[in-house]
Amino acid sequence: MKALEPPPDHRAHLPAIEPERQVTDWGRSERVEGFFDKTIYEFLYHYWFRVEVDGIEHVPSTGGALLVSNHSGALPPDASMIAKAIKTEHARPRNLHLTVEHFFKGYPGLSLLVSKLGGVPAHPANVHRLLHDEEELVLVFPEGAKGTEKLYKDRYRLQRFGRGGFVESAMKARAPIVPIALVGAEEAMPIFAHVRLLKKLTGLIYFPVIPAPGYLPAKFFIRFLEPIPTDQWGDEPWNDKGLVQTVAEEVRARIQEELYTMLAERKSVWLG
Amino acid sequence: MSRRVLITGLSSYWGGRLAQELEKDEAVEVLIGVSTDDPSLPLERTEFVRVGTHHALLRRIVHAAEIDTVIDTRLIVDSATAPPRVAHEQNVIGTMNILAACGGPDSPVTKVVFKSSAHYYGCERDDPGFFTEEMRRPHPPRTRLESDIVEADDAVRGFAERNPKVTVTTLRFCNGLGPDLHNSHSRLLGLPAVPGILGFDPRYQFIHEDDIVGALHYAAKTELPGIYNAAPDGVLVLSEVASLLGKLYAPLLPPWGTSLGTAAAGLVGVKVPDEVRQQLRYGRGLDNRKLKQSGFRFGLTTRETVQAFAAAQRLKPLRESGEAPYRYEREVEEFLRWSPSVRRDE
Repeated sequence: MKALEPPPDHRAHLPAIEPERQVTDWGRSERVEGFFDKTIYEFLYHYWFRVEVDGIEHVPSTGGALLVSNHSGALPPDASMIAKAIKTEHARPRNLHLTVEHFFKGYPGLSLLVSKLGGVPAHPANVHRLLHDEEELVLVFPEGAKGTEKLYKDRYRLQRFGRGGFVESAMKARAPIVPIALVGAEEAMPIFAHVRLLKKLTGLIYFPVIPAPGYLPAKFFIRFLEPIPTDQWGDEPWNDKGLVQTVAEEVRARIQEELYTMLAERKSVWLG
Repeated sequence: MSRRVLITGLSSYWGGRLAQELEKDEAVEVLIGVSTDDPSLPLERTEFVRVGTHHALLRRIVHAAEIDTVIDTRLIVDSATAPPRVAHEQNVIGTMNILAACGGPDSPVTKVVFKSSAHYYGCERDDPGFFTEEMRRPHPPRTRLESDIVEADDAVRGFAERNPKVTVTTLRFCNGLGPDLHNSHSRLLGLPAVPGILGFDPRYQFIHEDDIVGALHYAAKTELPGIYNAAPDGVLVLSEVASLLGKLYAPLLPPWGTSLGTAAAGLVGVKVPDEVRQQLRYGRGLDNRKLKQSGFRFGLTTRETVQAFAAAQRLKPLRESGEAPYRYEREVEEFLRWSPSVRRDE
């Protein structure tokens, strides 16, 4: 993510909501999302992955918050399951905006679907508008494609957390960071190898070799960890690149530690 | 405070509409319009001078009439409306000449309003969801029209920096839409089905023609230095636009080799210029909050603009046989304005 100064406060001038609209200004469609939510996600959440959620109270009921999770699986199921968890378990169900790579906006078909399902390109300005101006929940995967394309042998090993752009975004929005540790997605669709030629031909971000054409029924555990407030470091902490890196590293370490704890407790990949 | 206003590009739709609007404004004392072609709309007290963008001639007019406000509405923002050479001449050279005519230490001009375009930001995969005024495009311009617009917009910014005493307002408009507006998008949305690129559903903002005129008028009468995005509330995806129009969204253009597809569409009479092709793929959103904060209120949202356009489309077959289009006749206009025989209400 590129460095960007926070824009002046224009929160009072956000567009009014027109109730007759089918799609939000971000391109999110209540109808398409609702359909997925009631069918595929419902099935995956309750019966296929049998998701168990812990610490849902750490997701704030109001105001913006940046949710940070580990990322895995060839066709990552983690984002939709986290969104579903917040809708199902939270005392005040809220919509979650997932940040996705710019690649998705440029690829036919995905471009249409991902934004309808609540995906927003991971541009710092987008994250800032959502977090600060619209006070929404935003989910980021700082590992990006490095997380999803990693092979099965590297499972649950967190990759580099970008350049800490997500910390800067949270600091500028003065929104708390909620780390999330998610176990199960690695086994749901593991990657054993990559086919470089097909990747080139299809123009996708990667073309993996996976054991089955769909998700394997791994048991999911989602643990929301204690929020890290970002307004504790005085004015404009984002200019202190050292601090940004330290915080990013701390978030990463917390998730990694929690993953190890959860994996140690897990007796079976499929039954939990 | 009374104003002495010069409108460039009077023959364009914007020039004409703005002049009609300013004629009603009591504060506007003198209203002069220049363009190479005849005005296309009937005007009452606007004085028309047939002159292009020759800076020496413009400068003489500006000084002689002691013009304090110059409103530049000429910018060509749709490459289907003019050949590239003409567009370049208008957008880059024309803007340069007009700025040259307004500048200088002894210039009476205290205010310049420049009608720019959201094509300044381009349309790319890596764009933010909402462009704010200080953002630059992530990649260099792809089309000739876009690079011309960037050059013109930058020239105006440079002028503002060199002439701190002049209030320079740049309004970057999103795509315009309205009953009387003819551009690539109104043509595409007027088709029996709304064409698109397979696998894409781009985000769009449409500003109503009245809001464009309103924003220009607002900029002319208020102190509004700087750059402002002029786009109404609401960003719609193209499929929603189609459903508001009661039409089918038909993504018939191929996602790969789209330029070949648009070339083929051109053969059957559906013109999709390069900048529109980019928009059909990636779409664009502008953050309009700076202009709203300054006090301007948009009359219609994007959704209402599309609905107004849909209503006009339905009425079109019924209205077309109506009155004859306006034709400018210099002798008649001059007689009406200056002849002592004409009775004028004091």
